[in-house]
Amino acid sequence: MYIGRKYKSVQMKLKRRNAWSGILFGIGLVAFIDETVFHQLLRWHHFYDKSTTDMGLISDGFFHAFSWFATIGGLFMFADLRRRNGLWIKKWFGGVLLGGGLFQLYDGTIQHKLMKIHQIRYVENVIVYDLIWNVIALIMVLIGIILLFTQNRENAGAYEHEFK
Amino acid sequence: MNLNNHIHSINHHEIGIVPQLILAIPFLLLLVTYITAVIVSNRRLRKWPFYRIILWIFGTSCVVVSIIGPVAEWSHTNFSIHMLVHLLFGMAAPLVMALGAPMTLFMRTIPVSQARRLSKALKSRFIVVICNPVVASILNVGGLWLLYTTSLYSYMHQHTVLYVLVHFHVFIAGYLFTISIIYIDPIHKRTHYIYRAIVLIFALAGHGILSKYIYAHPPLGVPIIQGEIGGIIMYYGGDAVDIVIVIFLCYQWFRATRPRSNERSFAI
Repeated sequence: MYIGRKYKSVQMKLKRRNAWSGILFGIGLVAFIDETVFHQLLRWHHFYDKSTTDMGLISDGFFHAFSWFATIGGLFMFADLRRRNGLWIKKWFGGVLLGGGLFQLYDGTIQHKLMKIHQIRYVENVIVYDLIWNVIALIMVLIGIILLFTQNRENAGAYEHEFK
Repeated sequence: MNLNNHIHSINHHEIGIVPQLILAIPFLLLLVTYITAVIVSNRRLRKWPFYRIILWIFGTSCVVVSIIGPVAEWSHTNFSIHMLVHLLFGMAAPLVMALGAPMTLFMRTIPVSQARRLSKALKSRFIVVICNPVVASILNVGGLWLLYTTSLYSYMHQHTVLYVLVHFHVFIAGYLFTISIIYIDPIHKRTHYIYRAIVLIFALAGHGILSKYIYAHPPLGVPIIQGEIGGIIMYYGGDAVDIVIVIFLCYQWFRATRPRSNERSFAI
């Protein structure tokens, strides 16, 4: 009885850590792609846009710092799950898509449009870019939620060998 | 732009050899002390790790390059170079030197009775307060905000005493910040990983926001283009140094929470 309860609570914690590791890494991954591809390689995004609001500056600073930490922290959590034989790859990928999608959505709506930190690209029909950006974000969020919250029978006993 | 250049040339003031030496000598003394301590303690105890000696020498070299000689001179007239030097002197050198574990080395070198007294002194209220992650972050990043958003930056280049004080502050605050976030040497009143992670994110954000602020509003007397390059150097250079601190912090968490073989509990 006691062992059963403990097993369940450990399983819950592992499940939660799979999701969080994925979410953190997802946020970091999207921020990293944003930085390398859109800022550095394509040079579409500007380092600083004169119309940036003060809130935009602060929000950008915090998300930049947080995503930097999240990339590394998420990967250490991934390593932690592996050494505990607790990695549940479907949940983890669900987390990556959810975290990455939410961050991209926040970036594409609030940071780009409301706080005007910079536009996706400095062209006339930027709305097309905005649409594609945010639709991709929404699709990522949806797939992430589906992966995270649907029960998968195959994996239901994923941790059993751990407790034999 | 021309006006800015003009102001800059008026404000510019040569930093003589004396203040450069005042800044450099303590670090050279520390280097001599460190190496002496290694030689003395190696006679009695297990060999002090070689890589720590290299780290300390490398850190000292970063400091010396930033405060004395041609690079230091250049940094007084060019803000972009000033930023590079700031990264080297205020972030990279403190981190590299902290990884040299000087306090551990010093403790094992001096007699036990004195080491005990020193250890007691390190537990004093003052040291505990300034080694607190929040206090150290405010001293570090808050000091930078003060330096770059007020006229302190241009005063610093006019008044030699201020120049020396600001430089000591930048280094010491950078060092305190590093040892308050990652534990290499013994430290009293350790704080939780998550607490330190949050403080680190706030400090990193404060640094990033300041970099973009400098990009848009360079300090008095700095030409716009140098301010822009300086801001970008500060933003990405800060990331480069902080990635090392983040990895150390996460790795220390990873080591501390490793599962014991006979234990199924799930410590965070």
